[in-house]
Amino acid sequence: MTKSPVLILGARSDIGMAVAHAYAAQGHPVQLAARNAGNLEPQKTDLELRHGVPVSLHEFDALALDYHERFAGALPELPGIAVCAVGFMGEQGESEISPAAAARVLRSNFEGPASILSVLASRFEQRGSGTLVGISSVAGDRGRATNYVYGAAKAGFTAFLSGLRNRLARKGVHVVTVLPGFVATQMTEGMDLPDKLTAQPEEVARAITEATAKQKNIVYVRPVWRLIMLIIRSIPEAVFKKMSI
Amino acid sequence: MRRLSGWGNYPVSQAQLLAPRSEAELQGLIASNPSVIARGNGRAYGDSAVGVPATLHMRHFDKMISFDAQTGLLVAESGVLLGDIISAFLPRGWFPAVVPGTKFVTLGGAIAADVHGKNHHKDGSFRSCLDWVEVMGPDGTVRRCSPQENTELFNWTAGGMGLTGVILRAAIRLRRVSSAWIRQQTIPAANLHAAIEIFERSAAATYSVAWIDCLAGGGRLGRSLVMLGEHAGLQDLSYDQAARPFAIPRFGSRTVPPVFPSFALNRFSVRAFNAAYFWTGARKAGRQITDFDSYFFPLDALLGWNRIYGRKGFAQFQCVLPLDSARPGLRALLQAISAAGQGSFLAVLKRLGAQDSPFSFPMEGYTLALDFPVNRRSLQLMQDLDRITIAHGGRFYLAKDSRMSRDTLHAADSRAAEFAGMRQLSGMHPSFQSAQSQRLSL
Repeated sequence: MTKSPVLILGARSDIGMAVAHAYAAQGHPVQLAARNAGNLEPQKTDLELRHGVPVSLHEFDALALDYHERFAGALPELPGIAVCAVGFMGEQGESEISPAAAARVLRSNFEGPASILSVLASRFEQRGSGTLVGISSVAGDRGRATNYVYGAAKAGFTAFLSGLRNRLARKGVHVVTVLPGFVATQMTEGMDLPDKLTAQPEEVARAITEATAKQKNIVYVRPVWRLIMLIIRSIPEAVFKKMSI
Repeated sequence: MRRLSGWGNYPVSQAQLLAPRSEAELQGLIASNPSVIARGNGRAYGDSAVGVPATLHMRHFDKMISFDAQTGLLVAESGVLLGDIISAFLPRGWFPAVVPGTKFVTLGGAIAADVHGKNHHKDGSFRSCLDWVEVMGPDGTVRRCSPQENTELFNWTAGGMGLTGVILRAAIRLRRVSSAWIRQQTIPAANLHAAIEIFERSAAATYSVAWIDCLAGGGRLGRSLVMLGEHAGLQDLSYDQAARPFAIPRFGSRTVPPVFPSFALNRFSVRAFNAAYFWTGARKAGRQITDFDSYFFPLDALLGWNRIYGRKGFAQFQCVLPLDSARPGLRALLQAISAAGQGSFLAVLKRLGAQDSPFSFPMEGYTLALDFPVNRRSLQLMQDLDRITIAHGGRFYLAKDSRMSRDTLHAADSRAAEFAGMRQLSGMHPSFQSAQSQRLSL
């Protein structure tokens, strides 16, 4: 039996690429979608050589909402699994003073991903099968002074995924929310992250393939984050507002 | 800045680990840092791939670029692991022509150390399967070198420990194999003399290696289990194996706990373990079919085995002695180790073939490798082993070294001075330095 293709949205990211490798290793054809998709040619060749699966490149801009329908329609085959690894951290300081910068963070982490997943959701719903995977963030579990614009966007995306899951639960379409915690990627390069709390992109990819296979709903990549966020969420607001974490 | 060391967790340096994502970024880092050294998967035992203050992690240069299914020529970036090459191409009937004792090394690391495998006596070191290598020099220029083109750069780069520049890409030839299985023959040798006799009459075997008991003394000095191997053909396999010759049953890997109590390793436990290992091996001696992982990479199944030596880390001693002084030299080395009672379980003896390259480790003769937990006594013992090696005309493997002195290296290996001189003249010296090259004046 030939396996269904896996679509990676935001394929250039370290997590997106790790997910592509994980699915290709299982024998799935891979569709890589990103801006300037043409220069992902080396990644495409590498995936094909390593895993012997067909890989295709697709021009995709998460912020170009008007094109999302056309993008989905132009895919050579509707994927069985779509993973959205689109994200942009931005600079919190900049987001505080520049509405344009804040909008970019909000749109990249919430509006764009929600839009493309809506488009795919309808097609998956019509077909009656498929899995949508959204990579959100523990930053969305509670807004903190250090990155609340990014956190707010991720909170929105987490709520969106929850609603989408609810909507599609009886339609044969499954939705996975992935909360990676710290991950050693280009986005976090140069940050001083604690080793024990920091996952490698390959771990995130493994968590995603497992969660998809087992139809899990919400996945914390390193289980310790479930506990950390439980504690952070349960701090009374009166106390929380004076903390710096 | 962070703590950085090699596989032996000794010595530990404070270094900045930079992971460039493009050649342009790499050029910038070479230009802007006082000196750099490239690091692959950190499997060199000591400080070969530790650059102070700046180390270049090559993990983002990890793409396979092309493969010719007619000739078996693979072009890949230097950060690709040999294990990835095996995973990708063994199912299609190809295997790297030379593999060291772990598959968790990068292509760049294998070239830089010019690693050798169990077939060195027949097929030579890693450089013998290289068609070409591309190296970024101190000025940021990328040069392709091969046995035909920029020959001098090629010769110094294979075995040059990354000190000729940053290895970016290479073309390597894979060999055709008809299964993932090895036809293994285990021959017990009661002592060193017997082990050498077995190696000498097994020159025709494709692969050969011996586990040696470094703690046995007296008449049992150097008792060994010599393991010969051939790639198995379909006729060697059982019906089930032959039906799917590249499918290897998966045994999960184990992981050593982060801190293994180092008191568990002492001369009594190791001596008992070695004796049990030898007698078990001797009883099961003979022919068997083994999967390639167990034959080539037995330790890889134990992830993080370097931690069994505890927090202080360990050092490996590896030398090669020329053929005509190998017997007395090995005897002297083993007597010193056995008398000190410090040998480890992980000790290897291997016959190497002739090698003609300016700075690679191998030479025709015998190589002995073994690990020691780092402590005052073992460091002292290793200095004694250094002296014995030099007295017998031997030399040392830089990929394993973490503690040799500059004088030891230069006394053992006159090529070191030539290499250092070449680096000065060509302008490589200021740009590419490792903690090891600084320690050894390379």
